[in-house]
Amino acid sequence: MDSLDLIVNIAAATLRLGTPLILAAMAGLLSLQVGQVNIGLEGLMLAGAFTVVAVGFATQSVLVGLLAAIVVGMLLAAVFTLVVTRLKANLIIAGLALNLLVSGGTAYLLSVLFGTSGTFSPPDLESLPSLYIPGLSDLPVLGRLLFSFSPLVYMSWLAVPLVAIFLYRTVPGLHIRAIGQNEEAARSVGIPVRARQYLALMLGGALCGLAGAHLAVGDLALFREDMTAGRGFIALAAVYFAAGRPGFSALACLLFGLFEAVQFRLQLASSTPPQFFQMLPYLMVVVTLALISARKEWRKGWS
Amino acid sequence: MSFLELRGIRKTYPGVLANDDISLHVEAGEIHGLVGENGAGKSTLMKLLYGMEQPDAGEIRLNGKRVMIANPQDAIRLGIGMVHQHFQLVPSLTVAENIALGAEPRYGPFLNRFRLRRQVQALSEQFGLQVDPNALVSDLPVGLQQRVEILKMLYRNARLLILDEPSAVLTPQEVESLFGVLRRLVAGGCTAIFITHKLYEIMALCTRATVLRRGRVVGTVQTVDTTPSEIARLMVGHEVEAPVITEAPADGRRRPRLEVRNLQITSGSRRATQIDLTVFGGEILGIAGVEGNGQQELVEALIGVADGVSGEVLLDGESITRVPTRTRRERGLALIPEDRQTEGLSKAMAIWENLSAGDYYQQAQGLGVLPLGQMRAMAAGLLNRFDIRATDERVGVGTLSGGNAQKVVIARELMRDPSVLVAVQPTRGLDIGAAGFVQEQLLRLRGAGVGVLLISADLDELLALSDRIAVLFNGRIVAQFPRAAATREQIGLAMAGKTMSENIL
Repeated sequence: MDSLDLIVNIAAATLRLGTPLILAAMAGLLSLQVGQVNIGLEGLMLAGAFTVVAVGFATQSVLVGLLAAIVVGMLLAAVFTLVVTRLKANLIIAGLALNLLVSGGTAYLLSVLFGTSGTFSPPDLESLPSLYIPGLSDLPVLGRLLFSFSPLVYMSWLAVPLVAIFLYRTVPGLHIRAIGQNEEAARSVGIPVRARQYLALMLGGALCGLAGAHLAVGDLALFREDMTAGRGFIALAAVYFAAGRPGFSALACLLFGLFEAVQFRLQLASSTPPQFFQMLPYLMVVVTLALISARKEWRKGWS
Repeated sequence: MSFLELRGIRKTYPGVLANDDISLHVEAGEIHGLVGENGAGKSTLMKLLYGMEQPDAGEIRLNGKRVMIANPQDAIRLGIGMVHQHFQLVPSLTVAENIALGAEPRYGPFLNRFRLRRQVQALSEQFGLQVDPNALVSDLPVGLQQRVEILKMLYRNARLLILDEPSAVLTPQEVESLFGVLRRLVAGGCTAIFITHKLYEIMALCTRATVLRRGRVVGTVQTVDTTPSEIARLMVGHEVEAPVITEAPADGRRRPRLEVRNLQITSGSRRATQIDLTVFGGEILGIAGVEGNGQQELVEALIGVADGVSGEVLLDGESITRVPTRTRRERGLALIPEDRQTEGLSKAMAIWENLSAGDYYQQAQGLGVLPLGQMRAMAAGLLNRFDIRATDERVGVGTLSGGNAQKVVIARELMRDPSVLVAVQPTRGLDIGAAGFVQEQLLRLRGAGVGVLLISADLDELLALSDRIAVLFNGRIVAQFPRAAATREQIGLAMAGKTMSENIL
């Protein structure tokens, strides 16, 4: 029973830790498909995390905070779109700038608004309530695996098919894919290219807002400086190694979630400095990416 | 009243007068040719007509009414359709999705795939243009991609079809079939503007043709009343002389300079090729073939940048199969690459730097210091010798015209007296003057005993310059003809992979 317990615990942690990655990966996917890869996912998430805590604290409502996080994510994404399309800024530089701006901006606001630095944990702000369905949530294993999370976890599961349907079944989705591959062609048949770019990137902004909110109020209710810790980049890596496919991107995110969950366990069970274990998930991402591309090369050689 | 009338169109870009007082009538139901050298203003004029640019002055009238065309949507609404020289297709989408892109049948926000497929099928039957609506565009050969572009115009009910150099990428048979399609469309009530610089196409297809030179109309001719050389004279502004070709020296006196034996390339996803050929000194061996049939693989194997090569390549009798590129060049192999801007030159660098790119390392002095002054002086000499028109050798290559940029490539490759020259599409995109210069250089090398391998998609050029023509299809040489025995039809068939019993191998 002990080992089953451990497995269920790790599985549940995997799903929880995978959530912000999945949401951010869907945002990265949209940006990749529209041809404007957004490496500012990190910044958008962090802005979402800060907003949900700050607004949630001010209004004493975590739900209002959540909506505000979505709005802030979309606004920042709109600014990003403006900068990389109309103002023709370099994608990499604009994305890095967004990350630095939010990282510095949230630290600054933290000190100006709340007179603190590092971590801000408003005492009377509650985390998002977990789902509780009488009966189902009490089931021995399934209950903890499927019916015990905060609503954002389920939202991330929903986001994957929704994004897939949007991209592959709707007309705006078709336009977004066309723009990403051949912007000139899209323009020449009268597709409103700018509007579609805003659409794809701002949807991504909303998803990142949610991702950040989950980090901040999914389980606990606190904001820590740079609490996204590279998750925006991990999400983007997941999208790349799934070659832009929504379902596989989500699975890749869960894989990283698993690395993180295991890492926490190892930390608890060992006297080795925790930083060593914290490094492991990132190392695993590099190893996995390298293995996958090595396999591709190997296959090519034999075809 | 003309179907389309342009009056006094004028368009300037910073420092360039692209269109100057252009007036032009196109009658309903005609195929109107638009000819002129590169830079004569054809493309600019068509961009104005399709709403991609705005004229500074002048007016456009359709059916006698003045129209404003602010963007491509306006053009589409007015029934103007355009097949761009570079296809405007999205490779990962299907044929049907590409045809309808921007005007898809919807079901709420969703794409109505069922209706889309039916519409495309109906359209393709109505105009006799067979396509598989569900095929991915990336899987289609070039000829079919062009068909998709034409269907795209028809899907939007275009009545005025603009085709920008549509034949450049096709085999002769595909060109014939394109002409058939255009004739049918015109018979069915469409009007077409056909942009080209191939004169025989104008003569074969168009009723009238307008000639542009340096942004101005220099004449509109009835094709029945004129000759190709008359049109050429209008295009260039003076008489044009065809390059004079002397007979090649008799076989007995020739020695093989480049021999390719059982060359196979099996790296990665590349098409496996198997090529045997010999280029003799003092001859031009032309390689015909539709792009993507192994030309690039052959060139990469010859210059030594391909992986997974087996077989043998001999230069003047010595194997260079396992020799690095630098050594090959030192032994006398020269290359005019297909894309001068990306493969032939470094755009960001000056002329003199590009000219010394092949052998700078031989000039290095103690501690690897380069004698820059000396290199510049040498470059200045080459500027003169190869008639490169630039203020001086320090000018950036990126600012040169196509012809002058190509001359820089040629100067670099020829200054060390190569024994074999591999020339890939050496005149593509050049005006008649510069193309003539390049062709003269090839013939001069041939006269000097160099072996020239000329790879080109332009059959006219191959027929004009080559002593022999080999046809590459699907990674193999499928036919070889001596010039006297080569006809467009035979070569065209071989390019399409049709074998003939009377092949002279």
